[in-house]
Amino acid sequence: MTTEALRIPVNKPPRHLPRRVVVLFVLIFFAVVFAMPMLWMVSASLKPENEVLQSPPTFIPSTFQWGNYSQAGDGLLPFFLNSCKLAALNVGFLLLFASLAGYGFARLNFAFKNLAFALLLSTAMIPSMVYLVPQYMLFREMGWIDTHYPLWIPNVLTPVFGTFLLRQAFRGVPMELEEAAKLDGASTFGTFWRIMLPQVKPALAAVGALTFMGSWNDLFGPLIFLNSTRLQTMPIALALFKGEYFTQTNLMMAAATLTILPPLLLFLLAQKYFVQGITMSGLKG
Amino acid sequence: MANAVLPTLTPPDVDGGPPARKRVKAKPKRQNLAGWLFVGPVIFGVLFFQLAPVAASLVVSLTNWTGLNSPKFLGLGNYRELFTVDDTFYPSLRNTVIFTLVVVILTIGIGLGLAVLCNQKVKGIGIFRTLYYSPAVTNVVAIGFVWFWLYNPDNGLFNSTLKTIGIDGPAWLSDTKTALIAVIIVAIWQGVGYPMVILLAGLQSIDSSLIEAATVDGASAWRRFWAVVVPLLTPSLFFLTITQFITSFQVFGIIYVMTSGGPNNATSVFIFHIYETAFGHGRLGYASAMGWVLFVIVGVVTAIQWKMEKRWVHYDN
Repeated sequence: MTTEALRIPVNKPPRHLPRRVVVLFVLIFFAVVFAMPMLWMVSASLKPENEVLQSPPTFIPSTFQWGNYSQAGDGLLPFFLNSCKLAALNVGFLLLFASLAGYGFARLNFAFKNLAFALLLSTAMIPSMVYLVPQYMLFREMGWIDTHYPLWIPNVLTPVFGTFLLRQAFRGVPMELEEAAKLDGASTFGTFWRIMLPQVKPALAAVGALTFMGSWNDLFGPLIFLNSTRLQTMPIALALFKGEYFTQTNLMMAAATLTILPPLLLFLLAQKYFVQGITMSGLKG
Repeated sequence: MANAVLPTLTPPDVDGGPPARKRVKAKPKRQNLAGWLFVGPVIFGVLFFQLAPVAASLVVSLTNWTGLNSPKFLGLGNYRELFTVDDTFYPSLRNTVIFTLVVVILTIGIGLGLAVLCNQKVKGIGIFRTLYYSPAVTNVVAIGFVWFWLYNPDNGLFNSTLKTIGIDGPAWLSDTKTALIAVIIVAIWQGVGYPMVILLAGLQSIDSSLIEAATVDGASAWRRFWAVVVPLLTPSLFFLTITQFITSFQVFGIIYVMTSGGPNNATSVFIFHIYETAFGHGRLGYASAMGWVLFVIVGVVTAIQWKMEKRWVHYDN
């Protein structure tokens, strides 16, 4: 710090000294802007009913009414479990199919490989709205409407981005490792499962985290393919119960906080992998 | 980058030496089965759940199918109705275009500013990065309710705050003049994290010797940014204009939760219109035609963006 403080005045006028202060000020300003809606939500979720709509508004609740959370949580529990089940199925099976395909495209030679890969990537460009109607009719024929199947089976079998990312990761694994396993007589699948898969754990974490977010925050799927309330996911339940269970704004905000919490916690815990995954999506491949 | 990776597509032969020769003969046949077993499920999924329905939707778009009737062939009737009769189509297209233009430009612009900020060497910078990105992982239903209430004309935080300084705030979501702006603000708040992360990665991959060279040449910080840093970021910026356009043009969640297209179609966007047509009114044939119009618009704009790539995107090699 001292060296910089000494160096800067040499070629710049002294008013450049508080640059750090300016940067910090701007950083904090934007932090407040971005955090404000969420802070306001949490603040309201802890307020007693009569304080929520009070004017002028208070930021810190006069009394912290933690009971709002147990009240909102009771109503949401079955939907929380539905969301967890779907997220687990989506993450587990998508990782399986995406890593199988990623390994195939990265390391195996087979007929029409480049064509198959191009076919896979081309679907990333198609807006889902284009095929939604025939998909809906297909699921109706298969008896899948009002079941959880359409909310995970199509997803886990079409992991375009996951396959791409894992293919890149498998390519980065040294060839020697695989050769050694082959010499020891391991089968192709054995090599993949026992030797290669552990090598790409960071990529698996990245794809897993992004898949969890997609599954948890999916709006369209549950909205279109589910009719029964008991099958609904947490966000849709929140929308359905607006004005029915949560007539009070403070309870509504507690429910909203509970819905946002799981992906937010995952993001905080797995931030490194998450950012890695997003960054990989920006690579031209 | 693509060029650097591609040659490894044909793996071991390059540095394998003599032992590779023996296996060359046996390999192709055995791997055909293994290879297709590995990629088969995903290729099946893409064909069965996406590409076949895409083809089917083109056929459906030429009929009056509701899913319950026996469909009648209409030729291009649905498309004609969309362009000449449907009085929600043009307003929703207009709203979608405004929404997309503003959101693409501002999320990338603000994202660039935030990426530069987050690239500063300040203690605890990780906390700021996390904060700026966190809206992107929030659920649109939950956060939609929060913003809905923030915008409440009587007791929302915005108007309550404005009132304390003596200003009567607008009606936000319930005024046709401000509703679209209000929705756009939420979309930017939630959408700025992704470009920020991509551009931050771009900034961190810039060779610092280039910037040092410019400094030695006497370029000011401002000039260094526009003449050195931004041109080096153009590949990332190009990628973002493509992806942000495709996602913004298909906005649905925020509209569904906050306004349902209202008031008086002021925030009706194209996807919302399709959703209502298909699942509200059960006009599956007509909705499919709208889906294909969307597909063509997205495809044409994306193709134009690729065409213009050479004019402004610099690749360092």
